[in-house]
Amino acid sequence: MSFMNRLRDKSKNMTDTNLLLLITIVVFFAMYIGAILFQGKGFLKPQTFFNILNANASLIILSCGMSLVMITGGIDISVGGVTALVSMCCAVYLDYHNGNVFVAVLIALAIGLAFGLVQGFLVAYLDIQPFIVTLAGMFFARGMTTIVNTNPFNVQNEAFVALKETRVIVPGFGSVNKLGKYVPAYIEIGVVVAILIVIVLFCVLRWTKLGRSFYAVGGNSQSALMLGINVKRTKFLSHLICGLLAGVGGFVYFMHVGSGSASHASGMEMNAIASSIIGGTMLTGGVGNIIGTFFGVLSLSTIQNIVSSAGLDQAWWTGITIAAMLCLFLVIQSIVMARKKRALRKN
Amino acid sequence: MENKTVLEMRNIHKSFPGVRALQGVNFTLREGEIHALMGENGAGKSTLIKVLTGVYGKDEGEIFLKGKEKAVAIRSPQDAQKLGISTVYQEITLCPNLSVAENMYIGRTSGVCQNWKKMNKDADKILQSLDIPAKATQQLASCSIAVQQMVAIARAVDMDCKVLILDEPTSSLDDQEVEKLFGLMRDLKARGVGIIFVTHFLDQVYEVCDKITVLRDGKLVGEYEIKDLPRVQLVSKMLGKDLDDLSDIKGENAAYDKEDASKPVFETEGLVSNAGIKPFDFYIKKGEVNGFTGLLGSGRSECVRAIFGADRVIGGTVKKNGKVIKITKPLDAMKNGIAYLPEDRKIDGIVGDLSVRENIILALQVLKGFFKPFSKAEANQFADEYIKLLGIKTASADTPIKSLSGGNQQKVILARWLLTHPEYLILDEPTRGIDVGTKIDIQKLVLKLASEGMSVTFISSETDEMLRTCSRLIVMRDRKVVGELSGDDLTQNKIMSTIAGGDRE
Repeated sequence: MSFMNRLRDKSKNMTDTNLLLLITIVVFFAMYIGAILFQGKGFLKPQTFFNILNANASLIILSCGMSLVMITGGIDISVGGVTALVSMCCAVYLDYHNGNVFVAVLIALAIGLAFGLVQGFLVAYLDIQPFIVTLAGMFFARGMTTIVNTNPFNVQNEAFVALKETRVIVPGFGSVNKLGKYVPAYIEIGVVVAILIVIVLFCVLRWTKLGRSFYAVGGNSQSALMLGINVKRTKFLSHLICGLLAGVGGFVYFMHVGSGSASHASGMEMNAIASSIIGGTMLTGGVGNIIGTFFGVLSLSTIQNIVSSAGLDQAWWTGITIAAMLCLFLVIQSIVMARKKRALRKN
Repeated sequence: MENKTVLEMRNIHKSFPGVRALQGVNFTLREGEIHALMGENGAGKSTLIKVLTGVYGKDEGEIFLKGKEKAVAIRSPQDAQKLGISTVYQEITLCPNLSVAENMYIGRTSGVCQNWKKMNKDADKILQSLDIPAKATQQLASCSIAVQQMVAIARAVDMDCKVLILDEPTSSLDDQEVEKLFGLMRDLKARGVGIIFVTHFLDQVYEVCDKITVLRDGKLVGEYEIKDLPRVQLVSKMLGKDLDDLSDIKGENAAYDKEDASKPVFETEGLVSNAGIKPFDFYIKKGEVNGFTGLLGSGRSECVRAIFGADRVIGGTVKKNGKVIKITKPLDAMKNGIAYLPEDRKIDGIVGDLSVRENIILALQVLKGFFKPFSKAEANQFADEYIKLLGIKTASADTPIKSLSGGNQQKVILARWLLTHPEYLILDEPTRGIDVGTKIDIQKLVLKLASEGMSVTFISSETDEMLRTCSRLIVMRDRKVVGELSGDDLTQNKIMSTIAGGDRE
């Protein structure tokens, strides 16, 4: 009990952001240990963890952008659509036109940037609800994807396939297989990109004035204005960066699946929102942390992995477990915040 | 311009559609001076402040600051801040999710990176020098409202402000916190900052201020030394008429005392709601004004809410003219001729975006049923009648109620209930946060209604107001009725001792 009390005293002095981050990390580790205990040794292998990263690098990147917008008090539900559009455009360019991989990357960035620019302008300068603006963006991106190409297909472009299959060896985490052969652990290039983005964005949010102004605007935009922050520009930048990250995430997604399809990344924006919330970002704005978002994605995908390795590999089971987990996190969050508030009122 | 003058506003004019908010107002502030800006609601205080801080542009006039040859142009709050004019509002304009230090420095330092270490150190230094009980690294939301206000002041001080505007800073503070704030104000005064203090509390003006400028109806009444202007004169200057001797009001309400023998109109027996009050018995006669008194949180509001059915009643009965009536929701109470003016007009009372007219006819419309709307002519007639009767200051009946001042919003809500011609009117803190003139208007109105046969229950935090209007007081302590006072017992001292609990002696 004294430990609980000490924890409560500590939590009193913590900012909401850090407190929620702590909860997220603790719950993730608890869940992963649970998975090891109940789902057997599979989860003990480092490669299992790396595979989760490989499969979800794009979600990490999209969630980073999503968290940024949510911290500023907005939302962007176009990111899934943008991912599909980027995949399709790059696929068509690489396969039908035998294009250059670097140009494909530029195309991806350009698409993301264009969405960020337009949506950011509409939200910040014309003062339209971000939900409506990005809803339109989502429909537009999905529609455009089908216009670019209706049928799904795999990309055969050699340079791209080489890039897609590039593995970054993680030394020291390999394991020995049944034949006694050493298999090194690896991650895909997308994971490297995702981790870089997490680090850069974390630093920006923590140690730059721009980063802090995202929090200020999300906390209370009216106050932020009185405190001398350019609220419109801050909102614009949050959507711009989120759009750009949707472009990057789209390409990373494309690198992982290696195909173009109109049904790619369907519902991915919702996964990004869920990850951000599990990661301690509040929909009301002003509270959140990119490291938390990173762990949010890991928690979400670990749950999905547990579900599928338990033989319940059906879409609705995943949906139900995600729903349950979101509820769990929100309940924990609100209990902890309420306790903190009560402890403060006592003072 | 004298040497010591830090701010001079000359001949300021400002009009809004339908209202001339400021007409040729002059205002002068000197170094190290705490200057009260007084006036009724709608006198133009807020407008003057907003012109000074760049929220509104001015139509005419000039603003001079110390050290500037020419008149300055202030186009935005940012401009004002750069010129050394800072404002601390009643509602905190800081970001609750950031730390204290961040709130002091965000948006006004150059460079790309945030140097947390230096910022926290600087912030702690200022907080210490101003004796503010907060740590730089603390999240702002974890500080009390008073400390948050002080942090806002600390930010202003660090921005080297010459003119500090405090707009109703004490409304949500308790006595101790007010004392702390005053300490800070005196400290700043000693440093040569000129402070403009806007408040409704007369006591506070006489406690800290050096000078008073009075506005009325958008015009300057005058600037006075505090020692030359006794309280009664200040009030009469604000109202623009010699203050009616308030004891006269009491005379008016003698009328119903004679009907003392009549039977109660409404009475309750063991009424109890889920809001945590103890069961209580209560009655009110025709044409009587009574009141619930007690400390904040003693259950005054909860009692009347139970009678009105606003909280869920879990026991006891309400009788009307001796017959038991069933009240489970406010509509039941309304149908039985009870009207309730809630404590917090912003939460429970006004519908901000609707017009004054729509707000006035709302309750009557509910009684009539939503599918039988009033004709435009009827609605207009009702609205005009009550706007005139209560002296509501509004550009027209079509104005959205949220653009009215607090006192006038209160009158609109009052009009809404009077329009339903209730037999029993419950007023819960009807005079909170409104100016002296309107307060007296409302008190007089209450007594007038009672003399016409309406029963009124009046709740107020200000005991002298209760003494002036009520003929019988129900005293509450710890959510329980602990006494009833009437006749000669109605004195400040008696109320205090009953609230405090005589049984301890």
